[in-house]
Order: sequence, then C-alpha cells, then structure tokens
Amino acid sequence: MKLLKLLVASLIAVSVFGGASSFAADTISEMRNADILTQDAAPRIPKVVNSDERQVRNYPEQPPLIPHKIDGYQIDKRLNKCMTCHSRTAIEKSQAPMISITHFMNRDNQFLASVSPRRFFCTQCHVPQTEAKPLVENTFVDVDDVLEGKAGK
Amino acid sequence: MFSAIKRFWQVIRKPSVHYSLGFLTLGGFVAGIIFWGGFNTALEVTNTEEFCIGCHEMENTVYQELKTTIHYTNRSGVRATCPDCHVPHNWTSKVARKIQASKEVYGKIFGTISTPEKFEDKRLELASHEWARFKANDSLECRNCHSEESMDFTRQSVRASEQHEKYLVTGEKTCIDCHKGIAHKLPDLSLLKEGH
Repeated sequence: MKLLKLLVASLIAVSVFGGASSFAADTISEMRNADILTQDAAPRIPKVVNSDERQVRNYPEQPPLIPHKIDGYQIDKRLNKCMTCHSRTAIEKSQAPMISITHFMNRDNQFLASVSPRRFFCTQCHVPQTEAKPLVENTFVDVDDVLEGKAGK
Repeated sequence: MFSAIKRFWQVIRKPSVHYSLGFLTLGGFVAGIIFWGGFNTALEVTNTEEFCIGCHEMENTVYQELKTTIHYTNRSGVRATCPDCHVPHNWTSKVARKIQASKEVYGKIFGTISTPEKFEDKRLELASHEWARFKANDSLECRNCHSEESMDFTRQSVRASEQHEKYLVTGEKTCIDCHKGIAHKLPDLSLLKEGH
C-alpha cells in the first residue's frame, strides 16, 4: 500500500514538473528559431524607412523620428552631418525641419547662439525606423485613447 | 660643360656613318613604341589602389575610412578605387595631376602626415584642395560614373529628387557642393569660416 502511494505521488510529480519544464522550454524558444544551445541564424537586416514623411509622435515630448536613411552620417567632435540640412541657416535651401529651439538651450534654460553641446549628438534621441516585425506585441496606448477611456478595452 | 654640349650637337648634326637611314628611322620608331608603352605602363602602375596604399599614410587613414562607405562595398559590387576619384581620366589632365603629385613624394620623404595627429592637422587643408579641384572641373570624377542624363529621379527618395531637380539640373550646384565627405571623414568645417 505504501509502495502504491509512493508510485502515485512520483507519477504526479513527474507529470507536473515534466509538464512545467516543457512549457518553460516553449517560452524560451518563442523568440528564437533554434534550440537554446545552438546558435541562432542571424536575422536579415530590415530595411530602413526612407519615406521622408513625418511620422506620428506617440506623446508630445517624443523626439521626432528620422524618416530617412542616415547611413554613414558623421556625427563627431569635428562635424555633425545632420546640420547640413537641419541647421538654422540650411533649412531655406534644404526645406528640412529646423532643429527645435530647445536644442539651443543650456541646462539653465538660457538660449545659446548655436546648438548646445548637450544636444549635439542627434542620434541619442532621434532614430530612423526599420520595417522589422516586432518580436513582442506592443501594448502602448496613446494618451488620447487614455483620455477617452478607451484604454484597456 | 659647354664644350660637351657643343660636341654632342656636332655629333647629332652629322649624317650617320655606320648605320643606314632605314635602320635609324625604323629602329627609332620601335624604340619609341617601347619607350611610350613603358612610360604609360609605369604611369598606370602609379594609378592603382595597391600603389596608393603602399604607404602607411594612405593605408592607415583615408583608406580605412573609405572601407566603411558605399564606394568601397555595396550591393552590386561595383566600386571606386583611389584614382577613380582623385586622378583625372583624360591623359593631359592625368599627367598634370601626376606632376602635382610630386609634392606628395616630398611629403612622404619629410613625413608631413606621417602620424594620425599630423594628418588630422592637415585634413582640412588637404580636403580643401580636393574640393577646389572638384568644384573647378564641375565634379568631373563623380560624373565619370554618375551621369546626370542617366539619373532616374523617380527612383530616388523624395528628398534626393527634389534637391537634384532644384540644384543639380539648374547647374546652381555641382556634386561636391553637397556630397562632401562621402568617401572619407570630414574635417571640422567651422575652422574654414574662421579662415584657417
């Protein structure tokens, strides 16, 4: 009788933990194409969105996205390639949006004559977009939807 | 010295005693072909990327920068080597540029840009020379490959086609005016305004 109880208990244990471990393995391999111990094949490099069309800002403070390729753009101590089109003096010819006035402000909110050093490196905040498929679903809710009470529905 | 020149002049003024007119003219013709061929072959050797990056000044700086750009590696595998952009293709301009390049031999011997720091100090000046050359010949070396007539604006991005229509087609600007620093890193251009 005691032996039978032990047998049943161990069977339950095996089915529960065995099941759990196989479930965990599924979760891990969800974002990988191969087993965890093997090297995944590198995914193809997705295309950069190059439409030149302004994209929506998901919240007012969001730095605008870059709607074009920036391959090989030099942004370093010597030079900022973005400024050839987006600087105050270049926009008449380029018809590109001028960098925001906030970029001329230092941390004491004083306006400088040119771009503040802390705002010099564009790609710290502004990024181009690719056509890559998101790995996980994005549950972000726009603030307008929150105000209208649509959130969570 | 003067008497030597005088003797040489007397010798070449006299008719040949030992060699026939046919030997001298045909021999001169053949020797001319060999000399000319040899000269041009040697000229072409100095017009290869291997020759250019034979010195570390080119290999370690500008060549490394080129390697990251689309003029070195791209989807179709057509690429530009140093002389494609930096040496004019027609013969007279090419030889003129090669004579100018003797200054570069001087620079090599005296180590004008022998370290990355020295090169960085000279970058603006050297780049300015090239920009001035491109500006003067209407970006000829760009146009050797990138023909304005064959450029299909409809296949360009909106931004590119608008700019090309506005400034390239009208002749208001030439390639180098906008496309600086496409193959190498740019110097600090604010120094240019300060008149350095």
